Amino acid sequence: MEVKELIINKVKENIGEANIEFVDAIGDFSIIVKKEKLFELAKFLKESPELEFVMCKDVTAIDWATRKKRFSTVYHVYSFKLNFTLRVKTNLVVEPYKVESVASIWESANWYERETFDMYGIEFVNHPDLRRMYMPEGFEYYPLRKDFPVMGIPGSLPLPQKPE
Amino acid sequence: MGLEAKLTQDGFITTTIDAVVAWARKSSVWPMPMGISCCAIEMIAAADPKYDIARFGSEVMRFTPRQCDLMIVAGTVTYKMAQVVRRIYDQMPEPKWVIAMGACTSSGGMYRSYSVVQGIDQFLPVDVYAAGCPPRPENLLNALITIQEKIGKTRARDFQDIIQPKIEIANN
Repeated sequence: MEVKELIINKVKENIGEANIEFVDAIGDFSIIVKKEKLFELAKFLKESPELEFVMCKDVTAIDWATRKKRFSTVYHVYSFKLNFTLRVKTNLVVEPYKVESVASIWESANWYERETFDMYGIEFVNHPDLRRMYMPEGFEYYPLRKDFPVMGIPGSLPLPQKPE
Repeated sequence: MGLEAKLTQDGFITTTIDAVVAWARKSSVWPMPMGISCCAIEMIAAADPKYDIARFGSEVMRFTPRQCDLMIVAGTVTYKMAQVVRRIYDQMPEPKWVIAMGACTSSGGMYRSYSVVQGIDQFLPVDVYAAGCPPRPENLLNALITIQEKIGKTRARDFQDIIQPKIEIANN
């Protein structure tokens, strides 16, 4: 409990209560932050001497498939000092789905964000190298979106001609 | 007994060049081990002393397509990998044969999804499909024997009209 309270107090102090929301679901503690404040919060979490969330374990996204709230991006960050994993979430409501990249704060977020871009089509602004990761260059769709069919779009991935 | 008896009796045998060439070809099929995923482990097992693919003259697994007659496609072929598999196939000299090893390679297997080619026969002429997930080494050897039977039936005229395909190298 102490750790969570420490995080709540510190974050409220520095980011502002209006921009954040805390969720504690089944022992998984998360911060939901407004998308404009994400970069600021990330920088604070890493550089604050009391918290020291120095490790970014994962960046991913959720497609809620509703018009009201289309995507959430999720960042899993870890503090060795507190021995605590924290989830930071941001909701992306309107197109274009853009969010500030945190790759300049956590180096490991670089490829995670590329992967999220590849699978969900979320654009990470100021990312050093935002290219496709798994899917071939020039592929037009985003496979993990809910409106993408399981078997893909016919003809979107070219195959070589059969000889003879 | 066999060749020895022939040699001591007459010192010569009569046959056709077609038969000799086909016999030579089928007795030394050099595979290109296209090990893409877990089937490759069974393919390696087929080469070890227990199963010993050398009994069938195929122990020379060359990691260059230019010295190979047979491509063993062992593993899940994604659309991205299909281009690579095809380019390696194109680099193999004629005549050449293909074994589709395992469920994924033959039909997409359990990967019924957007990224996996649902059967490599969409872009390669497959000669033998080996069933299994993954196939046991015996099954791969069985596929090899089937290929050998097929090669044994070939004649020189079967390969007369073959034109080497033009290899297009993508710019990437």
